[in-house]
Amino acid sequence: MQALTNKVKVVSREPMTWMERMYLPAILKGMAITFSHIFKKRPTINYPEKKRPFSPVFRGLQILNRDEEGREKCTACGLCAVACPAEAITMEAAERQPGEEHLYKEEKYAAKYEINMLRCIFCGFCEEACPKDAIYLSETFAPSNFQRKGFIYGKEDLLIPHPVEEPETFAKARGSRAKHPEGHGNEH
Amino acid sequence: MILAIDWMVFIEKLVLIIAVVSGSLIIAMYSTYMERKVAAVLQDRRGPSRAGPFGIFQPLADGLKLFFKEEIIPDFSSKFLFILGPSLAMLTAMMIGAVIPWGNKMHMFGRDISLQIADINIGILYVFGVVSMGVYGIMIGGWASNNKFSLFGAMRAASQIISYELAMGIALIGLLMVTGTLSLKEMVGGQMDHWWNIFKQPLGFLIFLICAFAECNRTPFDLAEAENELVGGYHTEYSSMKLGFYLFAEYINMFLSGAVMVSLFFGGYDIPFVNDIHLAENIGANWAAILQGLCLFGKIVCFLFLFMWVRWTIPRFRYDQLMNLGWKILIPLALFNMMVTGGLILLKQNHWHF
Repeated sequence: MQALTNKVKVVSREPMTWMERMYLPAILKGMAITFSHIFKKRPTINYPEKKRPFSPVFRGLQILNRDEEGREKCTACGLCAVACPAEAITMEAAERQPGEEHLYKEEKYAAKYEINMLRCIFCGFCEEACPKDAIYLSETFAPSNFQRKGFIYGKEDLLIPHPVEEPETFAKARGSRAKHPEGHGNEH
Repeated sequence: MILAIDWMVFIEKLVLIIAVVSGSLIIAMYSTYMERKVAAVLQDRRGPSRAGPFGIFQPLADGLKLFFKEEIIPDFSSKFLFILGPSLAMLTAMMIGAVIPWGNKMHMFGRDISLQIADINIGILYVFGVVSMGVYGIMIGGWASNNKFSLFGAMRAASQIISYELAMGIALIGLLMVTGTLSLKEMVGGQMDHWWNIFKQPLGFLIFLICAFAECNRTPFDLAEAENELVGGYHTEYSSMKLGFYLFAEYINMFLSGAVMVSLFFGGYDIPFVNDIHLAENIGANWAAILQGLCLFGKIVCFLFLFMWVRWTIPRFRYDQLMNLGWKILIPLALFNMMVTGGLILLKQNHWHF
């Protein structure tokens, strides 16, 4: 039959020759192949000691952002919760009292802010929806937990460390993602 | 006094027995580590690397795990035989070590100490006897489990060992005719600073090697524990350290069959390319004996690697293929080898005149 493509590999149905029926040459050939794998480079890395870098567009755990003075940016407008397709975000708003100006940037803030990491699909819509650049997705993922309630992240889990009081942990948590505390991190 | 016992000999042999038994246990332990590392390396993986540097405590962790597992003896099993099975497998595996010459004589405390537990003049026959005893451990364990898969595995192991022992024995007759002795010590002595027996009996060695794989129940002949057909084979019902004993016995068997093959075909404790007698005169008999022991160990490790290399290369046989190979190919080949060897020896005695 005429082959339609040049990818066809015709299988030989001829009886095996005497050499082939000895099997030993074929076995030696196979053993040479496995032996050659000793010298091949291993694709595995020793994970916890050595980590592969994430892609620059990786979407990991959410972070609630602060401005450069350490004030929370979130105004509890609820746009992220509306944008969330998995309905993982809930929040409760509160009014900023006089004397709390060093804590919250705007007059309204989120008294309670929760993301259920078991529901979250890490789509990043919350980051896109946020008008205040208060939430963005970081380069880490949620660590494992023994209980489901451990996956409901509150404000204390999400909030970025204070940039003035703890500059080192702040820089580590911010990562390379949000280059400027003011303005959008992913504009460029 | 007729029954005057030389207590020094008693102590000397006791120390040697303890050394060989504990040595083969430790080596069996680390063969499991080697097996996993070799498998990993051949498959482009990394293998155990967490317990200790390079994972060298992995065998200890494995052993500990086996000890802490629940010990299950099935209600419907025959309990005495169920426990006897793995014990027998372990016992027979370690008994082979008694006749292997682990090195030449050492001179200590004013005595010549032979590094062989028992230099019996029918050493190789003893090995055959003990090896065929080894299948009783599997047979008894499989039968006592009262489980059809265990019994299948046990039957397979028994018939496989019967089939391959024949070819193994006949393949060895050629070697026995060449060396003219049954004692392992004398066989090794004959190879010291001479041609190794592998050059005199290449076909005999090949058959012996294939049969050794079958006797050790190693892939490609591990049909007794073919997990895709028989669940776990003869050790389906076993758990905890009783299972560990079966697995351990396999590795001890591997180590000691490597030792037997090295002694028979690869010069035993002979150091290649070195005149051993000359060496012993130069650096002293003790150091020479230690070097020879290390050399023997190195050769055995090469065989262990071969066993593992084959295991991670070649898939398992089908049972009819196994039987065909044993009865229709290996036994005729072994007979042919025996005839040719006998003919050549006759010719040589006749000074190459027909």
